[in-house]
Amino acid sequence: MNAIQIIVFGPLLAAIVAGLGNRMLGSVAAKTITTAGLFLSCVLSWPIFLGFLGGSAEASVTPVLHWVQSGSLTFDWALRVDALTAVMLVVITSVSALVHLYSWGYMDEDPDQPRFFAYLSLFTFAMLMLVTADNLVQMFFGWEGVGLASYLLIGFWFRKPSACAAAIKAFVVNRVGDLGFMLGIFGTYLVFQTTSIPEILAAAPGMAGSTIGFLGYRLDTMTVLCILLFIGAMGKSAQLGLHTWLPDAMEGPTPVSALIHAATMVTAGVFMVCRLSPMFETSPTALALVTFIGAATCFFAATVGTCQWDIKRVIAYSTCSQLGYMFFAAGVGAYGAAMFHLFTHAFFKALLFLGAGSVIHAMHHEQDMRFYGDLRKRIPLTFWAMMAGTLAITGVGILDVFGFAGFYSKDAILEAAYARGTELSQFAFVLGCIAALMTSFYSWRLMFLTFWGKPRWAGSEHIQHAMHDAHVHDDHDHGHGHGHEVDGTAGYHPHESPLSMLVPLAILSLGAVFAGFVFHDGFINSEQFWNGAIAYNEHLIHAMHAVPLWVKLSATVVMLTGFGIAYAAYIRDTTIPSRFVATFPQLHGFAFNKWYFDELYNFLFVRPAFWLGRQFWQRGDVGFIDRFGPNGAAWVVAQGSSYAKKVQSGYLYSYALVMLLGLVAAVSWALAAG
Amino acid sequence: MDFAASLSLVAPEILLSTAGLVLLLVAAWAGDGASRAISIASVAVLAACAFMVAPALCSGAMGPDTVAFSGQFRADAFASFAKLLIYAAGGAALIVAPAFFERVHAMRAEYPVLILFAVLGMGLMVSASDLLTLYIGLELNSLAAYVLAAFLRDDERSAEAGLKYFVLGALASGILLFGMSLTYGFTGTTSFEGIRAALSGTISMGALFGAIFMLAGLSFKIAAVPFHMWTPDVYEGAPTPVTTFFATAPKVAAVALSMRVTLDAFGGQVAAWQQIVIFAALASVIVGALGAIGQTNIKRLLAYSSINNVGFILIGLAAATPQGASAMLVYLAIYIAMSVGGFVAVLMLKDADGAPVEGIAEIAGLSRHRKVLAACLAMVMFSLAGIPPLFGFWGKFVVFQAAVQAGLVPLAAIGIAASVIGAFYYLKVVKVMYFDEPANVAVGKSDWAHQALLAIAALFISPLGYLLTRWLGALADKAAAALFLAA
Repeated sequence: MNAIQIIVFGPLLAAIVAGLGNRMLGSVAAKTITTAGLFLSCVLSWPIFLGFLGGSAEASVTPVLHWVQSGSLTFDWALRVDALTAVMLVVITSVSALVHLYSWGYMDEDPDQPRFFAYLSLFTFAMLMLVTADNLVQMFFGWEGVGLASYLLIGFWFRKPSACAAAIKAFVVNRVGDLGFMLGIFGTYLVFQTTSIPEILAAAPGMAGSTIGFLGYRLDTMTVLCILLFIGAMGKSAQLGLHTWLPDAMEGPTPVSALIHAATMVTAGVFMVCRLSPMFETSPTALALVTFIGAATCFFAATVGTCQWDIKRVIAYSTCSQLGYMFFAAGVGAYGAAMFHLFTHAFFKALLFLGAGSVIHAMHHEQDMRFYGDLRKRIPLTFWAMMAGTLAITGVGILDVFGFAGFYSKDAILEAAYARGTELSQFAFVLGCIAALMTSFYSWRLMFLTFWGKPRWAGSEHIQHAMHDAHVHDDHDHGHGHGHEVDGTAGYHPHESPLSMLVPLAILSLGAVFAGFVFHDGFINSEQFWNGAIAYNEHLIHAMHAVPLWVKLSATVVMLTGFGIAYAAYIRDTTIPSRFVATFPQLHGFAFNKWYFDELYNFLFVRPAFWLGRQFWQRGDVGFIDRFGPNGAAWVVAQGSSYAKKVQSGYLYSYALVMLLGLVAAVSWALAAG
Repeated sequence: MDFAASLSLVAPEILLSTAGLVLLLVAAWAGDGASRAISIASVAVLAACAFMVAPALCSGAMGPDTVAFSGQFRADAFASFAKLLIYAAGGAALIVAPAFFERVHAMRAEYPVLILFAVLGMGLMVSASDLLTLYIGLELNSLAAYVLAAFLRDDERSAEAGLKYFVLGALASGILLFGMSLTYGFTGTTSFEGIRAALSGTISMGALFGAIFMLAGLSFKIAAVPFHMWTPDVYEGAPTPVTTFFATAPKVAAVALSMRVTLDAFGGQVAAWQQIVIFAALASVIVGALGAIGQTNIKRLLAYSSINNVGFILIGLAAATPQGASAMLVYLAIYIAMSVGGFVAVLMLKDADGAPVEGIAEIAGLSRHRKVLAACLAMVMFSLAGIPPLFGFWGKFVVFQAAVQAGLVPLAAIGIAASVIGAFYYLKVVKVMYFDEPANVAVGKSDWAHQALLAIAALFISPLGYLLTRWLGALADKAAAALFLAA
């Protein structure tokens, strides 16, 4: 038994035990098994990662089972471990283990905990299958597995219609991306006659410049394949156009948002592009598309994030935006930087989500930041964790001294974009800087609205419910709440989260603070760390170091600007936001309504699809197939039956008549035939 | 063939007629009190006859050695197969009767005697190789049957059934006789062999008419559409033991006789009658199925079911091959078991006073208080619907197989499709028994004879019946071979 096998199949085993055992097993046992399984995986993963970091580990493939052997199509279950996989292993197992632990506290009152933990572990298994895949089919298995787990977890509270709708939306939008991915896999097999990733990557440069027939056109082979694969990545990683499911996915429990919709699953697209980076390197067109989509997403999501009120939605758009950074980093050829940002982002974004979860927990499920305020003193530990996350995401740091995680990774991406020197990469650099400004703005806006200012809790229905319940239970305490209505607390006392939630916050805070500083060199500058796991552009790395100082400082400058704007608007003069909205209603409406993407899709796809479905259903199925098929046949039989009964009158003469008619008919037939 | 040899070939018929006459005298002297004893004696006679015909079947007797009285009569394996089925059905009709009639004090000594004469007539029918034997056998059977249908003289429905059967039967007899005279007129002979020889080459219009009229007359006996109209009324009106008899033995006799007429006498002119048989087969299957759907009386439902089954049997006849003939015989054997099982189960449905229960609505929820009976009836229904693994499926399968191998694929396809309609009403009975609110009507006790007979029938149609397929198939093949050799 290999360590990697325990890492991958431990969570599966735990998921099976907890899922099938369910209520029979009980909450505590199910939670213990799954959480222990994940911590075991986590403990086993770190040495592998550190081994690659230290340069002592070699890439390896552990065969598991023969899977398919059909003609020239053969592929097996195998676990591939190289530097790229090792990075993903620690990200997945660490965040997943901490999220499991966090869920002990967060999901404490839920009656379906075994199911929840089984799903979480199942997700982790699928994600690990994805990142250890040695061939495209196994990767697709993991890809669909995480999609399934994501669907199940978004719709975990399936009695809530909005959660069901969000789950279906996530599934359907991902199908679009998956179609692209599938076509990409089919095409890759068609061209390379194998699904094995190393063989494909080895053969890819030789295919550059060849053409393939696609949809009736002759196109560059590698461009077609890469774009198809990238469409898959766009769906999973919520890139512009296929991003609409991600904000809605926040209907799921917050730990799910932290694990799946921030740290791991949504980064699968980035991972896939990095894994196949030698393939993408053969098609400049595809890379340009990756850069453009990444930069556009980065900018778009940041604008939307600036004016959302739901604390989880702000972080969701922030995630979308950060994923854009990773993609355009990959697009300009800085795969190391993309993976580094993926790595640091996993820590600080999981931290932000879990912190937000802690706030929501404290505020009795209220998620609207308009009803927060002044929580700094009430839940200080959560506040400091969120502060660490915010410092990390906004990229606070001093050049060459120390910086929080995002400082290193985001700066590396911006430098790479500038250093690449093409027009598109310059465009990406500019959008990236603007997005960094907005990132700083919305992150601090979130902090200020939540932790500073005066309590605005009284307006919250959730808080009112909580207080009402408290009064019912405690009605001799009348009049106590009235005195608090003036100060906006409505008499509510936010409570700090339990230890099981605070420990993961603390650990992730450490990651958010130090991950950039510690691993910066290994990820960005060390070819020997990656050791062929991703395409490594030595030239670009040198160019990155040689960028002008203003480029290196630009990220810090825009970060400070964003902070300043947020401070002015939400601390100094809180009327600025409403004045701004009144002055530019269209601009605000455009961003607030997410650039009207949902409305557009609703008009373009959803309603025509419903219309088409209704046509097939009512006209096609009910109106045609049923009418002339089963129902029609039944009607004919019923009519025939009643007719047969009618003929059976009971009168002798009619019976005799039928007999004679039959005889005459038979004779006539014989005459006519003869 | 000398006279003594001929006598030895008709020995079962001689035994039957002698026994019938003797038992009639006994009945006259001893009165109705002896009816049970006479019934038992009759069953014994039938058993003895069965032993007498069995060797001919087992040895696959065929050819000139089986012909008696200068070609009037044939005692070959085919006749033996049919006779065994007829004797079995006759025996069943005798066994189930006393319990039924005694409740209304109508068990008369004439009943077993009439059954014996009817069986004798049927024996002559299936052995007929001449138009005259055919007609004598048919009329002997029919006359006994008319009386049996009206056996409960005081019962209006029974009297009505007897009268209807008689009037329509007379009409059918007339048609048959007319056809026979036409055939004789255009071929100059009454023997099947002679007719066959005379009809080589193009068939004349008169002989064709003769064939069609004869087929029409025979169709009445086997209740094929459009000569089926009497069946529901007579089956419903006649006392249930008589209905059991009508649904089984005469079917076998009439079907076997039809096979002799079509495959032997008119065997050289298959094209002349095949289309008509195909039509009758499909019409019977469909009308039987459609008619059954609306029925509320279970005897009437089984009447339509018998019409439906005759259609499937005729599909085998339409094939006009030894295989088709063999399939028909297999189907007949299974059909006899299913029919006996079905009607005996109906006989066992009694209310608290012991009066018969015939309404389908009244057996609702039967499975709650009569578990075994409901299970047996359900098995009969599933088997009639042709649902594997019950034995009814096998009968349908061999018939369709024969039709397909004879190139009649559309016929088989339509037959299969129509059997779906049939499944509806069979399954409806099961649904009523198992899933409806109990009506608690059919609560009366059952007679042990009924139980035993139902158990045998149920065992035969159960999946265990498949153990018999090889044996049954081999015997049917021998019988069919004998039929075709004579031809």
